[in-house]
Amino acid sequence: MEQKSIISITNLTKEFPVGKGHFTALDKVNIEFGVGEFAGLVGPSGSGKTTLLNIIGSLDTPTTGDAIVMGQSISKLSHKQSALLRNHHIGFIFQTFNLLPVYTVYENVEFALLLQNMSSGERHKAVMEALEWVGLTDKEKSKPSMLSGGESQRVAIARAMVKKPQIVLADEPTANLDSKNSHHILQTMKKLNEELKVTFIFATHDEKVMMYLNRVVNLADGRIVSDERVMNHVKAQ
Amino acid sequence: MIALKLAFRNLLGAGLRTWLNVTVLSFAFVVIIFYNGMLNGWDRQGKRDTQAWEVGQGQLWHPTYDKYDVFSIQDAHGLMETREKQLAVEGKLTPILIAQGTAYPEGRMQGVLLKGIDPEQKILKIPSHLLKQTATAADDATATDGATEVDVHYAIDVHHAIIGKRMAKSLKVGEGDQMLIRWRDKNGTFDALEVKIVAVFKSDVPSIDNGQMYLSLQTLQQMMDMPGEATILVSGTEEINGNLGNWVFKDLDFLFTELDEIILSKRAGSMIMQSTLLLIALLAIFDTQILSIFRRQKEIGTYIALGMTRAQVVGIFTVEGGAHSILAALVGAVYGIPLFMWLAAKGITFGVDDMGITMAETIFPYYSLGLIAFTTLFVIAAATIVSYIPARRISKMNPTDALRGKVN
Ligand SMILES: Nc1ncnc2c1ncn2[C@@H]1O[C@H](COP(=O)(O)OP(=O)(O)O)[C@@H](O)[C@H]1O
Ligand SMILES: [Mg+2]
Repeated sequence: MEQKSIISITNLTKEFPVGKGHFTALDKVNIEFGVGEFAGLVGPSGSGKTTLLNIIGSLDTPTTGDAIVMGQSISKLSHKQSALLRNHHIGFIFQTFNLLPVYTVYENVEFALLLQNMSSGERHKAVMEALEWVGLTDKEKSKPSMLSGGESQRVAIARAMVKKPQIVLADEPTANLDSKNSHHILQTMKKLNEELKVTFIFATHDEKVMMYLNRVVNLADGRIVSDERVMNHVKAQ
Repeated sequence: MIALKLAFRNLLGAGLRTWLNVTVLSFAFVVIIFYNGMLNGWDRQGKRDTQAWEVGQGQLWHPTYDKYDVFSIQDAHGLMETREKQLAVEGKLTPILIAQGTAYPEGRMQGVLLKGIDPEQKILKIPSHLLKQTATAADDATATDGATEVDVHYAIDVHHAIIGKRMAKSLKVGEGDQMLIRWRDKNGTFDALEVKIVAVFKSDVPSIDNGQMYLSLQTLQQMMDMPGEATILVSGTEEINGNLGNWVFKDLDFLFTELDEIILSKRAGSMIMQSTLLLIALLAIFDTQILSIFRRQKEIGTYIALGMTRAQVVGIFTVEGGAHSILAALVGAVYGIPLFMWLAAKGITFGVDDMGITMAETIFPYYSLGLIAFTTLFVIAAATIVSYIPARRISKMNPTDALRGKVN
């Protein structure tokens, strides 16, 4: 299946300074992602998954080579431009949820929209819709400390999705969840992927995640060792 | 807006630590306002008293008179012209003649500054009316020989004098006591006279009291052989605002210089205490900021991932640190306002005797809106600056390191 490319990475190398020398976390990576993919970067710990995800999310820049995300070269963006790209087009989901503890569920989801020029009416509609997607409309007034892990991650999904981004980057989203909750959030994400055509890229080594992916990119020592499209039988319910 | 909301949520969420900082800062707030309010109260009362007792609406000095040079006094006297006399009759100014003399209370010897003041004057609070004397020896031939000017000097055997409580203490005399005074008149001739202290007055202005004795103007003029002369003219009206003939006008600003300097030096002295207190409070905020930036790296990374620029995150943390001062202002107001109101109504009484400076026994602190507004703005600005300095680090943070909590 041929798709329009939304992320295009060419010859990307990322080195981190270590002591007097440097450590190569990504080594001449070439890869493209199309619109609407549900892809996973899979590999052992330390293989470079997070590093690649961060560069796609413009949180980091390549040492050499380039990453073009939604037509913009990550290495050429100013702080302000990359902030704008993240704010409007990229949603992040973290292993540790990263909710703001002092805000309610509603406010956590609303936060990203506050940075945009949006009326409070529009914001309210968008937040309620996002909470509906993840099935948490009844928890809008709760504080993160009162939520279970699964609920927290669903709030994080709502927060990532509320701005209707083109890309969602999920770094080990199930690592802190039990099996039941893992499947729950994966199904939620799969549904959003299918309904809204949002591109999802995961970094994971969780078998449960792999059951949902339609593309598996294997990383080892900063290199892509395999890249397979798969037909998964698990469907969004 | 988000920053402010987030700031208060985070501060209140931080609990005890926030309240510790806020309490210390509110204490600095209250002390600064209290202390300056006291100095302002002192300043106002001091100026009011100095005007009432000493300077009126300004003074006109004989050109050779110098308040700080006793040797100038010998020559600093001059005749009042018609215009000055007229103004004196209208009650718009009152002449004072100043001369040097020596008092002999119970055989001891002590230099005094003799001041002749008009018993009819109403400009100064000095109870000069007590100096009014009718010649008891009215039937004395020398006094009723039809001369145009009654020679009080010889018509009255004991002259009335008044002194302030400080002078009374230094002379070790009280009301009703008599003593001999000696002086040299215009021509250098020594003369002596018996005076009776008819009153000891109490004034908060030591500069009209220390070392001074008040006699009626006419008496001193005759003693000195300087009829119709004066050393200074005290103005009782704002109409007089420039020199009159030879008389040099000294305005209130000039006459308040001494008091202004004392209060300024007190203010400077108290600055050390005030800034120390403020510094401790600011240091606590600074420390909290460093700690919270270190502890909340993941949150910082999350803000950036959500699309904030680093500058915006610096802003969030700066506002959060600065918001301590707003909470401190509120907390300070809770206990400060009742305290200030109580003090302003009751005043603060200092048990100690004055140290030769103009200062009321009981000072009523005066808190102007300007003082409160300035202090508040200053503390907010200071707290914001000390919050900004550590927050600047965020702009150098790598968001990926922040998300991993690896910034050190
Ligand atoms: N800021 C950094 N400085 C030094 N080394 C780093 C840094 N970030 C990541 N690395 C190293 O790069 C490698 C890849 O890291 P990462 O992308 O986090 O791997 P993964 O997510 O696959 O576990 C690891 O060996 C890690 O230690
Ligand atoms: Mg990782």
